[in-house]
Amino acid sequence: MKTNIQEIKDLSIGFKSQKGKQISILRNITTNIRKGETVGIVGESGSGKSTLALAMMGYIKHGLFTTRGECLFKSQNLLSLNNKELEEIRGRKIAMIPQNAGQALTPNLKIGYQIEEALRLHTDYSKTEREKKISELLNQVRLPSPKIMALRYPHELSGGQQQRVAVAMALAGNPELLLLDEPTTGLDVTTQAHVLELLKDIAKDTGTSMVYVSHDLGAIAQVCDRVIVMYAGEIVLEGPVRKILKEPIHPYTYGLLKSIPKLSLAGLPDSMPGSQPQPGNIGSGCSFYDRCNFSNDKCKVNVPKLEYISEMDTSVRCFNHSELISITSEQKSKNHLQKEITIDEILDLKDVSISYAKQGIIDQFLNKVTDTNPTVKDINININKGETIALVGESGSGKSTILKSIAGLLKTKDGYIKFDKEKLLSGDLKKRNSEDLRSIQLIFQNPDESLNPNHTVEQILSQPLKLYFGLTGSKLKSSIAELLEKVRLGAFYMSRYPRQLSGGEKQRIAVARAFAARPDIILCDEVTSALDVSVQAAVLDLLQKLKEELGTTYVFVSHDLAVVKAISDRVAVLYQGRLCEIGPSKNVYQFPSHPYTEVLIGAVLEPDPDIKPKLVAEDIVEEKPPEIGCSFQGRCPRIIGDKCRNETPPWQIGDNGNAIRCHIGIEELKIQQSQC
Amino acid sequence: MENSKNIFNENPKSSLAKVLDIITTMASKPSGFIGLAILIFHVILAISSPWFAPYDYKAINPSLMLNAPSSEFWFGTDSLGRDVFTRTILGGRTALTITFFGSIIALLWGGLLGIFCGLVGGRIDDIVMRIVDAFLSIPWILAMLLIVSLLGTTTEVLIPALGFFYGKGIVRVARAATHDVIAKDFIVSAKARGHSNLSIIWNEILPNVRDAILVEGAMRWSWMLLGFSSLSFLGFGVSPPTPDWGLMISNARGLMSFAWWAVIAPIVGLSSLIIGINLTADAFAKALGIDRSTKAPV
Amino acid sequence: MFFLIFKRFVLGLITLFIVSLITFIGVEILPGDACTSYLEREAFGEALAACIKRLGLDVPAHERYLSWAFNVIQGDFGYSLSGQMQINEVLGPRVKNSLVLASAAIIIGIPLALILGIITALWRDKMPDIIISTVAIFSMTIPEFISATLLILIVAIWLEWLPGIVIVPTDVTFFELLPNIILPVIAIAMIMTAHMARMVRSSVIQVMASDYIQMAILKGVPYWKMVFKHVLPNALLPAINVVALTIAWLLGGVVVTEVVFNYPGLGRLVIESISNRDLPVVQALGIILASIYVSINFIADLLTLMLNPRLKTLQTRK
Ligand SMILES: Nc1ncnc2c1ncn2[C@@H]1O[C@H](COP(=O)(O)OP(=O)(O)OP(=O)(O)O)[C@@H](O)[C@H]1O
Ligand code: SF4
Ligand code: SF4
Ligand SMILES: [Mg+2]
Repeated sequence: MKTNIQEIKDLSIGFKSQKGKQISILRNITTNIRKGETVGIVGESGSGKSTLALAMMGYIKHGLFTTRGECLFKSQNLLSLNNKELEEIRGRKIAMIPQNAGQALTPNLKIGYQIEEALRLHTDYSKTEREKKISELLNQVRLPSPKIMALRYPHELSGGQQQRVAVAMALAGNPELLLLDEPTTGLDVTTQAHVLELLKDIAKDTGTSMVYVSHDLGAIAQVCDRVIVMYAGEIVLEGPVRKILKEPIHPYTYGLLKSIPKLSLAGLPDSMPGSQPQPGNIGSGCSFYDRCNFSNDKCKVNVPKLEYISEMDTSVRCFNHSELISITSEQKSKNHLQKEITIDEILDLKDVSISYAKQGIIDQFLNKVTDTNPTVKDINININKGETIALVGESGSGKSTILKSIAGLLKTKDGYIKFDKEKLLSGDLKKRNSEDLRSIQLIFQNPDESLNPNHTVEQILSQPLKLYFGLTGSKLKSSIAELLEKVRLGAFYMSRYPRQLSGGEKQRIAVARAFAARPDIILCDEVTSALDVSVQAAVLDLLQKLKEELGTTYVFVSHDLAVVKAISDRVAVLYQGRLCEIGPSKNVYQFPSHPYTEVLIGAVLEPDPDIKPKLVAEDIVEEKPPEIGCSFQGRCPRIIGDKCRNETPPWQIGDNGNAIRCHIGIEELKIQQSQC
Repeated sequence: MENSKNIFNENPKSSLAKVLDIITTMASKPSGFIGLAILIFHVILAISSPWFAPYDYKAINPSLMLNAPSSEFWFGTDSLGRDVFTRTILGGRTALTITFFGSIIALLWGGLLGIFCGLVGGRIDDIVMRIVDAFLSIPWILAMLLIVSLLGTTTEVLIPALGFFYGKGIVRVARAATHDVIAKDFIVSAKARGHSNLSIIWNEILPNVRDAILVEGAMRWSWMLLGFSSLSFLGFGVSPPTPDWGLMISNARGLMSFAWWAVIAPIVGLSSLIIGINLTADAFAKALGIDRSTKAPV
Repeated sequence: MFFLIFKRFVLGLITLFIVSLITFIGVEILPGDACTSYLEREAFGEALAACIKRLGLDVPAHERYLSWAFNVIQGDFGYSLSGQMQINEVLGPRVKNSLVLASAAIIIGIPLALILGIITALWRDKMPDIIISTVAIFSMTIPEFISATLLILIVAIWLEWLPGIVIVPTDVTFFELLPNIILPVIAIAMIMTAHMARMVRSSVIQVMASDYIQMAILKGVPYWKMVFKHVLPNALLPAINVVALTIAWLLGGVVVTEVVFNYPGLGRLVIESISNRDLPVVQALGIILASIYVSINFIADLLTLMLNPRLKTLQTRK
């Protein structure tokens, strides 16, 4: 066995509540990190992953303190060292790559300086050697023209580039242990896949041990050798990555894996009830008891111990894990059959262009069109009654912009939006009549922002009921109760404020508010992105059931391609505000014809170490779509020269119903794809 | 982070209970407790002092000029032989009343105009904010002195004038708070549903900017008191013989080398009141979760 | 970048223009005109006529505004009724004296506020913070005229260390003025320092809680190096504007302080001209004080623009 580089022994970390009670957020953590291996720590938000990772550097956040246990780095307890001694270790022996590098780089210092600082602190290079090393490091993380990069300030780099700089900074001290806290969360799918690839290479080349913290099992599957699963501040399962992801013997992990939507499976994933308990609110028995399908009376009163099962090389915290061993992790999923698409148009977007650019006063006066390159251009989509159509694309591809203009929040520059075959929707909200407003409702990404924090659930839900149906008194109340029941919440939620609800419950209220208007169309803007996976599955399930019950049409925007696959009937793929491909989702996912769709779907990370992402194109960011030619020309791996740069590609329709916009023929694209 | 007390079992509260809750939170920190205690003491004193003042505040008695503190005259007498204790306990009444109503006026017009500007934005907002900025750049003391010297020092002049000059800072705060709220999705959602502007202001914006504006109003109260006392001190506030701390300090100042008591007593009265209001406003802000220490006192 | 500076500059000018309108209209709509206010009971007959002629009150208001504004732009503020001379001559020495006072307070106050603010932030909730913050609350809430009065009582009267009241002619030389300004400067600096220290404190605390500071700690950057390289530049930048607003706001307090110490500056001129109902001087003072406010804010804007890395690079790239 390899030697341990870090040993954590019975570590508990907590804080004092306002009432003076001691509340633990990490409980009895015991684990080891071995030399040269990459360990993943997964768990839902609030499970204590970051706190654990920081403790591994001897860092405890303001307000928290260690209640017991130790954190040994080469048999030195980091938690008992003073600042001077820690400065010696941090950055030199153990380095950290933070979540959201954009905020973790000091804004007033140049990239080069920040890397040089790490070099100066942790190596004895001379000034010229340091300069050379900076270029080397920037090269190593594959940043173009390192000399120029070093002179830039953090805000002048894209998210992916900032993340790479953070990696370079961490590598500067040549650390033996590298901690990564959600290093790819918030990056676009393609960028994420590239950064992970880079990290894997570094681990291989340098032999550094890594601890990879993430909520994303897809990312964990790609880079880790071993996985630690955390729940409510405890380790519930620990073992080799294949065992954990393919034969999860803890009920939480089992449920979690089943609730992740996957490209390889059709239909909605299974959902898990409830949500993770808050610290200080954990029952006396097993912390997963409330949500567990395998529980018995013993679990309610006794806390299970972490038990090592040698034949699987796995530790598990569950009394009934043997039951799970027998269940094959073969996952059958519920049969959400994609509907045959019936042509019964409810919404028609014709040649829609939308521009954010403000016109100058003079141009306004002369009625001159100044923006020849609008954010969103030439969008043609017909939406049929009762279908779910998804808009996908990377950040900045104009998904939300299109939703907003359907809702009337943004004016279209060109083209029109027709509702119910004949009604032309005005671009000005004030000019739409109440009936049209009622028919189209919106659900937002983050329920914390979309629910008024000073209103009770009752007040929130009564807004649309009063506005559209003029309900009052007992009628109003019973309608609200009915709505709550529809979203599977009890009537006692009425008097609660949003802050008294969990993330999933909040999003249910937002869903209920949209349905209160009895709309024909609901526009869903990244409605599950702010939720934990196990909660996401339940919300998707709810949306699907409501739709089947009421025949609502969804326009569903998401950057998560697996979620989109699970819920949508048709998909439209956008790049830089221009349509690339549109078609039945089954076909689009099976045969992604357009080069961009191919890149996008290839980059999706599956929670399975045996399915690798395909990296076809570079992940350069473009600030603006090109003025002429194909929108994807800057990154297209199949570009065929000047034609793509100068001519807008034509629409072509394949035999499977996919329509794409490319100069290369569909059949030719298929041949090219099969060649590599 | 700190509110990890069990939020899920917290019961919904009536508005009275909420107010009590805020006051309890305020009093739970020493500074808030002291502030509240001082403020309450001053209010009670101002209301009840006419009933137990030992002497007549305007009775001039040349034979008792500048007596040092004694059992008869606890705080001594002033240059006209009036009892300093009597005048001190009565000295906060005018200031407290005028500034209290002045703050309410400031709160109302400043708050409403600020919300309006934040909501409509665009050209109108630009113009109004330019004018507010211009008013901000004229020192309050110059403007107040001019108004008071030309219109007189009656209550009917002082309250609206103070209310106006201290409200312009609130416009900025209310506008900024409105801007913060307006970007939130719940406003977008209300707009998309087609609610009227008035209903959006009333239902969605007001409950969310109320706290910030109230805190600002409380703060203004202490500054207004400071401003008003400065006017009195300069001889442009209340007119003699009405007892007022600012005026008393100004009158007794020239003689303080031998009659320090006549100046110390009103100083203690005024300083404690201003500090009391300030501490209370600070605690109020903290109880509502608003950090206002990064704001300039404009 | 250049455009931004230009824009700020124009905005400042617009503000001043509005100020001039406000002061002019304010004087216009308040009861009485410059002559009747000034002459009070003697406002009749020849004296009144002479005064009206002198100030040109017989022409329509808008014409008067234009000619007044035109003169002001050229640096001519008109005629002081009480001083019986050109306002410029009245203003000159006063401006100088007030500048001496205010600059001394700022020169002492800003560094002190920085140090205190940083100390309280770094030792947050510990003894140094509790003591300094408590003292700061007292000194920022107590009105200037009280602290000034107490200073005179304690330092000048009881301890007899320094002169309490400034008894010098308006046009003294700088060195004669020096011993006299110590107490007024303390009175003004006290309140200013307290306000600014508080703002610096919370700005530093905010930055200390940011992700990039946590990162710097985890990178192993020594504590003081982190404070100076990573914390302060980012904490002080947003504080500049707030500090400017504070300084400008405290101009009002300078007026009161000057009166308490009988200091021959602009502040006392404010009181004198108001007491004498010398409206032309009041108008002039309004414009001058507003220009000071606007310039301080403009300087703050300039500093922020120059120090902000985000804007710095805009410039180098183009
Ligand atoms: N300073 C603090 N004081 C009190 N509670 C805290 C503090 N910091 C974190 N917590 C709580 O500790 C728990 C674990 O936090 P931690 O940041 O480690 O979670 P995480 O698993 O990394 O979550 P995420 O996926 O959202 O990053 C959370 O419930 C959080 O609210
Ligand atoms: S111990 Fe019981 S409740 Fe806990 S996970 Fe295992 S079966 Fe479920
Ligand atoms: S048109 Fe050209 S650039 Fe665009 S996707 Fe097709 S091959 Fe690529
Ligand atoms: Mg985290």
